[in-house]
Amino acid sequence: MIKPEPSPQDLQYLVAQAELDADQLRRAYRQLCLIRSFENLIADRYYIGKAPEFNMAAGPIRGEMHLAVGQEAVAVGVCSLLEESDAVVSTHRPHHHALAKGVEPKKLAAEIFGKASGLCHGKGGHMHLFDTSKHFSCSGIVGASFPQAAGAAFAFRKLGQRQVAVAFAGEGAANHGTFAETLNVAGLFQLPLVVVIEDNLYADSTPKWAALSTVHHFQRAQSFNVPSYVVDGMDLIDVYRVAKLVIERARNGMGPALIEAVCYRYRGHFEGDAEEYRTREEVERWRALDPIPRLGERLKVLGWADEATLNRLRDEAQQEAEAAIQFAESSPLPEPQEALRGVFQ
Amino acid sequence: MRKLKGLAFAIAEAIDQEMAHNERLVVLGEDVTYWGAVFGFTMGLFPKYGRERVVDTPITEQTFMGMAVGAASVGLHPVVSLMFVDFCGAGFDQMFNHMAKNHYMSGGQLPMPVTVITAIGGGYGDAAQHSQVLYGLFAHLPGFKIVVPATAYDAKGLTVRALADPNPVIIFGHKLLTGLPFLPFEGEEEEVPEERYTLEFGQAAVRRQGRDLTIVAAGLMVPRSLQAAERLAQEGISAEVIDLRTLVPLDETTLVASARKTGRVLIVDEDYMSYGLSGEVAFRIQAGALGSLKAPIQRLAVPDVPIPFSEPLESAVIPSVQRIYEAARSLVGVQALA
Repeated sequence: MIKPEPSPQDLQYLVAQAELDADQLRRAYRQLCLIRSFENLIADRYYIGKAPEFNMAAGPIRGEMHLAVGQEAVAVGVCSLLEESDAVVSTHRPHHHALAKGVEPKKLAAEIFGKASGLCHGKGGHMHLFDTSKHFSCSGIVGASFPQAAGAAFAFRKLGQRQVAVAFAGEGAANHGTFAETLNVAGLFQLPLVVVIEDNLYADSTPKWAALSTVHHFQRAQSFNVPSYVVDGMDLIDVYRVAKLVIERARNGMGPALIEAVCYRYRGHFEGDAEEYRTREEVERWRALDPIPRLGERLKVLGWADEATLNRLRDEAQQEAEAAIQFAESSPLPEPQEALRGVFQ
Repeated sequence: MRKLKGLAFAIAEAIDQEMAHNERLVVLGEDVTYWGAVFGFTMGLFPKYGRERVVDTPITEQTFMGMAVGAASVGLHPVVSLMFVDFCGAGFDQMFNHMAKNHYMSGGQLPMPVTVITAIGGGYGDAAQHSQVLYGLFAHLPGFKIVVPATAYDAKGLTVRALADPNPVIIFGHKLLTGLPFLPFEGEEEEVPEERYTLEFGQAAVRRQGRDLTIVAAGLMVPRSLQAAERLAQEGISAEVIDLRTLVPLDETTLVASARKTGRVLIVDEDYMSYGLSGEVAFRIQAGALGSLKAPIQRLAVPDVPIPFSEPLESAVIPSVQRIYEAARSLVGVQALA
């Protein structure tokens, strides 16, 4: 599932096959860097006020915090193929999907900080991010994204539109009943749905081997007549190549598909996680496969970027992320009365 | 005008009339085509609109409720049939964590126009997993509007209103009021206009005027309370009967005004007693009419046991005309406290 690095010749072949050009790949690199910088800054601010004693309620960012550092290539590989009007339903670990779907980083950060200027005026927070202008939503409930994306796909088809819907979920969520139920419905109705399992090998702290009776989820999807693929989730090009195939197919009325992207999160399940379920060596092994330097190296091999270009893209992304965090930090908190508004439309 | 027997045809007719001019209405759920949703709430729609708009789903409450959430968020108005309300457990996460909350959590961005129609109630021997009422569970959760029609006229007008609402609305149709041939019927045939009309939410109906006590009820408990009131009238006791019609929003004004007039209140509820509708209504009434109450508010509800199967057991727990009559009579006999 983690594929060996291709030779320069094969790399050219793979890139051509995926119909990726220099601009697209440089943009993807910048996106990966933006997500990484954004999440590193969130992690940094999250711990303010939470030392020496870790208290989830203290500091400028309250509550749980689930970061996707390491998993950026899955989000960017899939979402860079989507149109703004395509729907994405994400999970409790949603920042990378949101940014990749084009959600404004400032409003995203402000929501994570619980500010009035946030996407949801501070009512959603880190796990409940909604941006209807980008057709992005998520849920803090494991397994909830599958049927909701299927519902959006159902509506698109009913309304005669060509949009597709994407459900992101972790490999733990794929053990939820909604996974099987939704694949059955999607296969039955031939919905324009793409299910993306981000298999980072752990459901919270539970290793995949302790929770799954087989090895892969793609086999289970196939049993519902849903074409399914395993991709190297640490490799943007591999994710992109398969995502392009299935998204185009769904858009053209040829039904649902599943992508199982094997990837890894470098940070714990949540910030503050002691991570006793895995070794430091394991994390280091996966860090060697980091999607960002991996893509950077390939851009150099292809002659599409030199070190200076990569540095510039990385710096631009860092600045954009910092501006978002500063916007969030300097925004006002909502008025308390806001809590009583908006239960009904 | 023509006479209609029961809620089922009235609800199905309301959906039909709205579907005819609103392309965004799509019916989803279990057995909604051939069987018209088991309790008849979608009967007649399939031959008219076909599988494109009347969609049988697999028995997957969680997933079809989630599909409704997703479909509503991008422009459809799904009408979801949950066969028995008792099955909400299997679909509850999508209902209470998403359907009810996404509008609020998104800061008002996400519309959630979903109408869920489900069957409630016992009284025909279907036991504990098929006879519950449970509207209190849903009314407890912010974000749902709760409709409990007791008459065919109300069922049609309130359903039309629900189908135009941008919020999630749950319509609870009592099985013994559906008017279907395979179930006992405790309602009455009544005049229902053929043309479209709307009833507002949050307006209780005073079904019978009275001066000695107020009986508050919803669903099947309305006709039972009216029958009890008839018997009380024969003994010179004048009971006012209020049909709540919607639990969310709740018409506090009518309740308080009636309690101030009669000074005595009996709440009749087919849901479980504790932490439910009867406690909520009692609280709201005392908050608005304490000075006028001549006796503590009384309530009759299912005494916190699952609905049993055997006839004498079931009859012992679901409020009957006889027990409503007895409770009301003894309440009127209670002397004023002050």
